[in-house]
Amino acid sequence: MFNILLYAVLVMLSLSILGYVYRLIKGPTIPDRVVALDAIGITLVSITALVSIVMETNAFLDVILLIGILSFIGTAAFSKFLAKGVIFDRDRNS
Amino acid sequence: MTGILEFVVLAFILIGAFFSLVAAIGVVRLPDVYTRNHAASKSATLGVMFILIGTFLYFAAEGHTNTRLILAIVFIFLTSPVGGHLINRAAYYTGVNMWDQSVRDDLREKVGYGKRKSPEDTGGKIS
Repeated sequence: MFNILLYAVLVMLSLSILGYVYRLIKGPTIPDRVVALDAIGITLVSITALVSIVMETNAFLDVILLIGILSFIGTAAFSKFLAKGVIFDRDRNS
Repeated sequence: MTGILEFVVLAFILIGAFFSLVAAIGVVRLPDVYTRNHAASKSATLGVMFILIGTFLYFAAEGHTNTRLILAIVFIFLTSPVGGHLINRAAYYTGVNMWDQSVRDDLREKVGYGKRKSPEDTGGKIS
């Protein structure tokens, strides 16, 4: 029962990633695609947690924090690039 | 693992999966980037936090209290709304149009430039 419901939840999360991929391909503007990528990263975190429950190991729990950090850094870099055109500023006085 | 704790873990995981699915439906169906980001940065964050709390309770019941999982919950709770704010702000400043039936754009008086078409320009009708 427990494992069947876990597989059902994994299928639901896979469907939600499919919806995000639809927005990633179709999305009319670039910020739509960045929103979809950020949400894919967040959903991948929960898929990792559920896979570590299914496989009954706690070796993947560090990967959760790592995916969260990388997703946030990616979103911040994309939005800095969209707003200013550069990611790292050369001018230190502005 | 006892029955009642299994029930609690399943309840957390099912609620989290429900919120993740609602976030995906919102991202697919909502009309412009601001409302899509509203769905993605709130509902997906709540969903993943519920799933991580369920995972933490499962491994705590197995006798393995993982503190990095608590750190991941706190980190996602802090940074996911900040990421949503950053990308929404970048979308506004690069001139992404709002939905053609939205009625107010208060930030435009403060920003004052850009090629964005606001609802005030055309009396609420934008082609």
